[in-house]
Amino acid sequence: MVTRRAFIRNGAVALVTLGFAPRFLARTVGASGNSARRKVLIAIFQRGAVDGLNVVVPHGEAAYYAARPGIAVPRPHAAGGADPAVDLDGFFGFHPRLSPLESIYRRGQLAVVHACGSPDPTRSHFDAQDFMESGTPGTKSTGDGWLNRVLQSAPDRTDSAFRGVAVSPQLPRALLGRAPALALGPIAQFGIRGGSPSLAAAFEQEYAGISDPRLQATSRETFDAVRTLKAVNLQNYQPAAGADYPRSPFGNALREIAQLVKADVGLQVAFADVGGWDTHVNQGASAGQLANRLDDFAKGLAALATDLDDRLGDVVVLTMSEFGRTVRQNGNAGTDHGHGNAMLVIGGNINGGRVLGRWPGLRPDQLYEGRDLAVTTDFRDVFGEIAERHLGIADTATIFPGYQVSRARFTGLLG
Amino acid sequence: MRTDDLIRSGRVVAAAAAFFSIAACAARSGSPVPAGPAGSSVQPASADERTIAHVLNRLTFGPRPGDVEAVRRIGVAAFVDRQLYPERIDDDRLDARLATMPTLAASPHAIAEEYVKPAEMERKRRQAELAAGVPKPPPEPEAFTRERQVLAELSAQKILRAVYSERQLQEVLVDFWFNHFNVFVGKGADRLYVGDYERSVIQPRVFGRFRDLLGAVAQSPAMLFYLDNWLSTDPNGVHPARPVRAPSGMAARRPAGLPPRPGAARAGLNENYARELMELHTLGVDGGYTQRDVTEVARCFTGWTIAGPNDGGAFTFDPRRHDEGQKMVLGHVIKAGGGRSDGEQVLDILASHPATARFISTKLVRRFVADNPPPSLVDRAAARFRETGGDLREVVRTIITSREFAADQSRASKIKTPLEFVVSALRTTDARIDNPAQTVNSLRSLGMPVYGCQPPTGYPDRADAWVSAGSLLARMNFATALVSNRLPGVVVDLTALAGSTDAGVARQRLARLLVGPDESGTTDAVLARESRIPDMAALALGSPEFQRR
Repeated sequence: MVTRRAFIRNGAVALVTLGFAPRFLARTVGASGNSARRKVLIAIFQRGAVDGLNVVVPHGEAAYYAARPGIAVPRPHAAGGADPAVDLDGFFGFHPRLSPLESIYRRGQLAVVHACGSPDPTRSHFDAQDFMESGTPGTKSTGDGWLNRVLQSAPDRTDSAFRGVAVSPQLPRALLGRAPALALGPIAQFGIRGGSPSLAAAFEQEYAGISDPRLQATSRETFDAVRTLKAVNLQNYQPAAGADYPRSPFGNALREIAQLVKADVGLQVAFADVGGWDTHVNQGASAGQLANRLDDFAKGLAALATDLDDRLGDVVVLTMSEFGRTVRQNGNAGTDHGHGNAMLVIGGNINGGRVLGRWPGLRPDQLYEGRDLAVTTDFRDVFGEIAERHLGIADTATIFPGYQVSRARFTGLLG
Repeated sequence: MRTDDLIRSGRVVAAAAAFFSIAACAARSGSPVPAGPAGSSVQPASADERTIAHVLNRLTFGPRPGDVEAVRRIGVAAFVDRQLYPERIDDDRLDARLATMPTLAASPHAIAEEYVKPAEMERKRRQAELAAGVPKPPPEPEAFTRERQVLAELSAQKILRAVYSERQLQEVLVDFWFNHFNVFVGKGADRLYVGDYERSVIQPRVFGRFRDLLGAVAQSPAMLFYLDNWLSTDPNGVHPARPVRAPSGMAARRPAGLPPRPGAARAGLNENYARELMELHTLGVDGGYTQRDVTEVARCFTGWTIAGPNDGGAFTFDPRRHDEGQKMVLGHVIKAGGGRSDGEQVLDILASHPATARFISTKLVRRFVADNPPPSLVDRAAARFRETGGDLREVVRTIITSREFAADQSRASKIKTPLEFVVSALRTTDARIDNPAQTVNSLRSLGMPVYGCQPPTGYPDRADAWVSAGSLLARMNFATALVSNRLPGVVVDLTALAGSTDAGVARQRLARLLVGPDESGTTDAVLARESRIPDMAALALGSPEFQRR
């Protein structure tokens, strides 16, 4: 059936392929003054369940040291040349490899939400990641991800292909849904390479008229994004002075996100993965396997904060991981799947320099199911606080269906 | 560009879109597909050709030139039956090619001794020299090249088998079951074991009984290492033989005589395999097990270990590390003192559990039929699973000979994974692969590195995981590079494929060959505007039709 709509849409594609700039481009490029700065959320997923108790160490807890004789991070100012925790508030401390983040914390631009997590008891990586990304713990039938629903609800929507970007080969669950989102590899390789100059337009036309709405929309987003990147020319990016990204997939991903933030291409939600946290065996303490991963992690985040400079005021960086790990070390000097965990929040306008949330304690009788850090802050309350107070979404009910996000439970991170 | 061109191109696209809708309606109602707009080369494909293409798309990694005709000669039923008995299919040409890669025939032990350890020693030597102030290390020694050869040949054979094996259904199923029982080549000693795991543990059993496959996987060093069970030890036992490289002094710290707390992680016990065994290998996450079951299953498998993983050692049961107490798994008592048989009893319980029949059937139906498996077919496949004692050949036969499989709505309903896309492109272009290394790299940038899936879930088998902006571009770029011979080590002879240097003739041939029998009017119109044959071929392999199977 030929509809008028279809004709107009296909005509529009033809227009675009002839070099007419898409509407949003004119708008975003034209309005790149400070007043038009968009609020941005950068979500970092630590896949594999990071051991939050060794990231933000409760060094004031005797039970922590009792449960982890081989892998505990030593108390700050520990004697004997140990590589101790970096004290934050007399009770909690950073793992020593997190020291690149210390100055950000002291400036009040980094907060920790500890004992945070899901009300669902699953210890399956797959399910717990799914729940954290869908934003609906216990419900597997949710079709879209919470970050996609953020894009659906956020004020100041544009047609930008860069509203939601994951720096990864495929879109993560959190960004799946009806709002357009983009999986972005290396920026320099983003485009049709080789063939005749008209090849890209021909590919675009192949997809413009198809009946599969998902493939059609995906194609449209792809080619919009290609045009945008060409227009803003991100090829020769120089990070701000002092921003030293680690040469790792994570460092590269954060560098690209910073580029997109600063290029004003309409970015609202960015997403990056960082893996290697499933430390069942020999996880180490101040040094070792976990420490090496934290080194990359902290250096990357510190470089991002430095690179964003004054734009950090428009940004909230949120780290998350599907669940925490057992309080006790296991038989292989590692830790098994647990429950509560620590999230880091970085931003120019957050109430940082604090460890937020209610600490449930680590004595055996205080643990979840006798083995894990209990959850005292539902992760949706942190997500919801950021959605409402940072991104300005008035109604968070649609973002967390079946859950009443309550201001009374906000941690005080923002506002 | 001028305005009249602009209007014309807009009209062509709109007209093509209209044609596609009509063609789609006609195809659904069973009437012949009408001829396309003026100048179109779309000729109606026969019902027969569409059926054969569907079968080839699902039972193989995609048709090669001539495959449709070959199936037509013997008939679809005979083709399906032949693929179900791969041992009757000659695969000598592939075998001869694989025989040129020495690491593929080497045992894990030989790989450790001859390929990996020399490189480790060389690395230590060079570090020592560097520390001693020896100025410049010599160029890369042979030991490093040989070490890399292991993963290079492993990755290469994956591509070569998928593209060239005549036993296509077997290769599809090996890929399916490897992904089901996923291990990650990047995890330590697993690089010694992955090749052997795929070819000695999985491949011989894909048409066998599920229980045999499950048992072979449970005893494979690849899985024991990947999910850490090789380290799992009874915390209360006396076990002088410490696991290799494991820390010492941990297990003895638990006060003697204290009963384990319910749900508490027991020192020495590692739950990783026990949990994934139930969640991912057998029952499925909703299969009705509890945290308590996970801990009990982990106790049953204590002592299932590896005789020296860094030496490429074999499976062994170490009774000194086994928890000999009584266990309770899913309501079944596992009696005290069962030793190695504890684990076998658990595998018996899980393999014969109805949730397993359903979970495995659902995944197989998703692979062969549709992202949302038709419940009627899952029911029949699960029933067949139970009545045959988990005979996987019969379960697969039930699925691929079902009416749901043959139904119109199943056709072209699956989006190809990156592996399926890349391999089907190589097959349909009759590509000559002299060196698959670049293809292996392409799969990495498409988000599906071979043997590189880190989590135990394996890669997803649903469209929503693989359709996104960005990844579409990567597919188009792969298609363009392949047909213009810019993929190093891969040669495509487009002239031979097109059969002519005449653009019109070439387009017809390429469209039928590369796009398939369901080419849309839109794709046809886009191809018709091209004069360069490589551009036509790129547009064919990058088309929406070719992203589906």
